[in-house]
Amino acid sequence: MAEFETPKLGEAPDTIPCLSIGSMAHSKPYKAAAEHQEKLGFPGELVENWQEKAIDKFGELLGKYRGLQVYMDACVKCGACTDKCHYFLGTGDPKNMPVARQDLMRKVYRRYFTTAGKWLPWLVGAEDFTEDVLEDWYSYFHQCSQCRRCSVYCPYGIDTAEISMAGREIMDHIGVGQKYSNEIIGKVHDIGNNLGLPANALRATLEDLEEDLEEETGVEIRLPLDEKGADVLLVTPSADFFAEPHVDGLLGYAKVFHQAGTSWTLSTHASEAANFAIFTGSYDQMKQIAERIRKAAEDLGVKRIVVGECGHAWRVAYNFWNTLIGPFDFLDQNYPIPQHICEFTHDLIIQDKLTLDPSKNDHMTLTFHDSCNVARASRMGENPGGQFTYPREIIKAVCNNFVDMAAETIHENTFCCGGGGGLLTDDLVELRVKGAKPRMEAYRQVVEDHGVTNLAAICAICKTQFAKVMPYYGFEMDAIVSVHQLVSNAIVFEPEPEDDGDQGTGEDDHGGE
Amino acid sequence: MAYEYNGTSVGADEEGYLSDITVWNPELAALIAQDEDIEMTSDHWEVVNFLREYYEEYQIAPAIRVLTKAVKKTLGPDKGNSKYLYELFPYGPAKQACKIAGLPKPTGCV
Repeated sequence: MAEFETPKLGEAPDTIPCLSIGSMAHSKPYKAAAEHQEKLGFPGELVENWQEKAIDKFGELLGKYRGLQVYMDACVKCGACTDKCHYFLGTGDPKNMPVARQDLMRKVYRRYFTTAGKWLPWLVGAEDFTEDVLEDWYSYFHQCSQCRRCSVYCPYGIDTAEISMAGREIMDHIGVGQKYSNEIIGKVHDIGNNLGLPANALRATLEDLEEDLEEETGVEIRLPLDEKGADVLLVTPSADFFAEPHVDGLLGYAKVFHQAGTSWTLSTHASEAANFAIFTGSYDQMKQIAERIRKAAEDLGVKRIVVGECGHAWRVAYNFWNTLIGPFDFLDQNYPIPQHICEFTHDLIIQDKLTLDPSKNDHMTLTFHDSCNVARASRMGENPGGQFTYPREIIKAVCNNFVDMAAETIHENTFCCGGGGGLLTDDLVELRVKGAKPRMEAYRQVVEDHGVTNLAAICAICKTQFAKVMPYYGFEMDAIVSVHQLVSNAIVFEPEPEDDGDQGTGEDDHGGE
Repeated sequence: MAYEYNGTSVGADEEGYLSDITVWNPELAALIAQDEDIEMTSDHWEVVNFLREYYEEYQIAPAIRVLTKAVKKTLGPDKGNSKYLYELFPYGPAKQACKIAGLPKPTGCV
């Protein structure tokens, strides 16, 4: 790992840095090995006629995705996006300005797909798809976390995420894939989850956690696996079974289900909510990964599907499941399909069905990081902005001390954690640290001004990313917490009556409307 | 990349995880640790050995919580926490300790 300097935190999260041309050109994730590529149906290495193949694929995507065609044509170079990307703000590399990132694709588009670019390329910024351009694509399309902050500020709504997804898909088709994402997608096919956690290990882990829960609460709280006839199938990122603070959130879900008296189950077949194919732009892979969840829901005979704390999984579920794996006519239509775990818990709080003691979290002052895919690509509840209010209302119900970060850094303006979009890999640590700078600046403000001690999130990527990068900025790695970890701390259980055996049988009457 | 060991070259991936986990032995572990700037103490070995035992049974490294519980049992409550594990393996008890233990890297959002 090359040495790099952690940026110094400035006064404001959106301070425009001095330009540092080419300073991140070296940043490239490891390429996928042939075995990882071929498992997903992609060529194992760069194909001989790669240029021709790439242009063919590009043409196909332009025909298939109308948005991509519009984004290629619509930019008027107004500059509104230039200082909106956290990777630009953290690195100063002008190719990390969203417009410049788009132009890496746009110049190729103009050369091969517009009349002016075919005849007068020098006049319209059109360029041949050369090896150097391909190198730039690989580098800078893997410096976009597909967080879509730039698209909020673009007067045309040009979505750089769609462009980097298309770029990665084109590269996959000529044999240039990213190791991190493609290896993981292969593991989902082989083992059932990103982590590579086999069924027996999952079962053992859950049993171990059940022991912890009983020791802590004195109550037999279950983490059921593959239980047919349960009302709810919970799909959650496999990081929830493995990492910290993720696992503390998982324990929170279990406590909420238990106190609600809702019968629920996890599934070994769908032991992963994440769907990394959205990052690589592969619709086919995205569909295959999503199909596991429908199959698990049908096989287990559940009435509802609830999604745990995972940002992009919620985007895929909320926006794409119906197209990918719908219709969900076999589920209970009285509840949201799918339902976010925050919607589930929020409903219970509104109906006063949870016993909560917020003073249990008095040792902390919280702020909340809106995860990009939840904030800008989905919703919770019936009303616009529910994805902002639900998590905050949950936190306020279980914590006495809550402060928001600066307005230009939360809600739809939220800054990415710096590790989203398939970039949460050790070979991109420099990019991840630098990309976290704007969020860290906003966090430092509330730490200094309001004594904030912890940052809460509802995304497995955000949690891992912050645990990794916060120490670079002088914060403790365990300053990052799961929202349902806070719920877990605050939820109070009465000791159970002596005769055991009749809890959690599915007396489920709380509404989801 | 590769580790030079006993006059032979032992294959590893770009990040230093062994390509063939069956070639692992304690001397090789010490060599990998050296590469990671880690001086192996008995506590380090305790973690590495636990990882290998767990992997043998489950074909995956244990969750951090399972690891801390195991460490608590063998090394005592003051060491059975993730802070101590990070002191032992600054790049993360799961990833760095797995590398030294000759096991594949845990992947995903971890």
